[in-house]
Amino acid sequence: MAQVVTSHRGPVTGTATHKRTKRPFLLDLYSTAVGKKYVMGITGVAMMGFVLFHMIGNLKMYAGAAGLDHYAHFLQTLLYPLAPKGWVLWILRGGLISMLFLHLHAAWSLTRLNRHARPMKYQSKRDYQIANFASRTMRWTGIIVLAFISWHLLDLTFGVVNSEAGKMITHPGDEESVKAVYASIVYSFQRTPVALFYVVANILLGIHLFHGAWSIFQSFGLNNPRFNSWTRAFATGFASIVVIGNVSFPISVMAGIVG
Amino acid sequence: MSNHLKNITLRIWRQAGPAAKGNFETHVVDEITDEASFLEMLDILNDKLITEGKEAVVFDHDCREGICGTCSLMIDGQAHGPQRGTATCQLHMRKFKDNDTITIEPWRASAFPIIKDLMVDRSAFDRIIESGGYITAETGGAPDANLIPISKIVADAAMDSAACIGCGACVAACPNGAANLFTGAKIAHLSRLPQGQAERYSRVEAMVETMDERFGSCTNHGECEAACPKEISIDVIALMNKDYRKAKFANRKDLARK
Repeated sequence: MAQVVTSHRGPVTGTATHKRTKRPFLLDLYSTAVGKKYVMGITGVAMMGFVLFHMIGNLKMYAGAAGLDHYAHFLQTLLYPLAPKGWVLWILRGGLISMLFLHLHAAWSLTRLNRHARPMKYQSKRDYQIANFASRTMRWTGIIVLAFISWHLLDLTFGVVNSEAGKMITHPGDEESVKAVYASIVYSFQRTPVALFYVVANILLGIHLFHGAWSIFQSFGLNNPRFNSWTRAFATGFASIVVIGNVSFPISVMAGIVG
Repeated sequence: MSNHLKNITLRIWRQAGPAAKGNFETHVVDEITDEASFLEMLDILNDKLITEGKEAVVFDHDCREGICGTCSLMIDGQAHGPQRGTATCQLHMRKFKDNDTITIEPWRASAFPIIKDLMVDRSAFDRIIESGGYITAETGGAPDANLIPISKIVADAAMDSAACIGCGACVAACPNGAANLFTGAKIAHLSRLPQGQAERYSRVEAMVETMDERFGSCTNHGECEAACPKEISIDVIALMNKDYRKAKFANRKDLARK
């Protein structure tokens, strides 16, 4: 029988002689699926760090309007006067945008690779044994969270869909006015559909993190029998903390605790 | 005491050749002893088909004792069927009941093109092995046994990966058609042993990149581990990922020396 494999990736015959294309080192690393998974993991960790600190920062909401607004002002004037106002924040945002872009690009190209690896799907029903809801829906939870991020930025960062965002307020005892972040959050969450979207998107983010935060250990090769049993607990714990913290904000506004 | 299964309906994928359009064909087999293996049940069906002047179902099989990795089959949506830790040849009809409908499909992956019916070409695995799944050994007389001391723990760990029979169930079960468990097992088997150290980093780079040309990517579902007839753990994938990272940096430094 002819032992010839043909696929759209070209014929495979005889002894595999690996032809190396010369590429800059980082591109070379990124060219394989294993390399792309490292990029997924590194960008994932960076965004997990952001999501955690974003949630912790927002807990300032429970310290009242002045507390949250002063915290927002602190972020906008980070390292001032060493750096001009807003610069450090934009540098951090630039980092996050690149992380998001790389995460999306890796996800997109890996998905394409996977589709090519099985052009004809199983014609009967698959019976999955271990793959869970979170791992099976990474692409969907990711896309919905991305849509949520776009809305979230238009709402609370750029104020396109929030008439309260960007207004200034002078709190008692202050000399200069600061952005009224607290008031714009309260305004935003008093719209029930917005609050509901926020809750749903954060639960989906939690599902995404439940698989992603565990997956990192595997992709990075951080596999050690001494802590393997902790990786699942870490992912569950991290996802729960982020979801509980974030979901509490719209619920508190709707329940009248914050407002 | 053996029991006989009545009225088993088989939905079997039939495909005349690599480029042909396939479809499910339904056959009923009756009075199958539950001591028969799954492949023996297919033999009985083929006997019947040949007697009726029809064409027999083509499927891969060889040793029929779970060590050669030739048999395949996606049975009711699971690679090697519903029994954990066994290949199709070690699956017995006692796992099924009277009046069951069993659906049988070939492995599906672009790297495993269908030859005919349920038989696929798995030579893509050979390409991965050829690119680095070996050690360079001196020729001549066989070396003395136990010349190189290896601790029991290391030997056991290497053996866990070396148990891979290359059947391709990991690729078949993977929602992405990835071969990471196979490649990881072959890499782990050698890189855990002293004999594998000399080529450790060139091996992992070559094997991962050869794998990459034909297979999908790992999204850590763990389906491969569940399907593996040798129950090889996805820990070997983590080891491969770690070694690939190390290899990229180590090989870069070595290649920079001129």
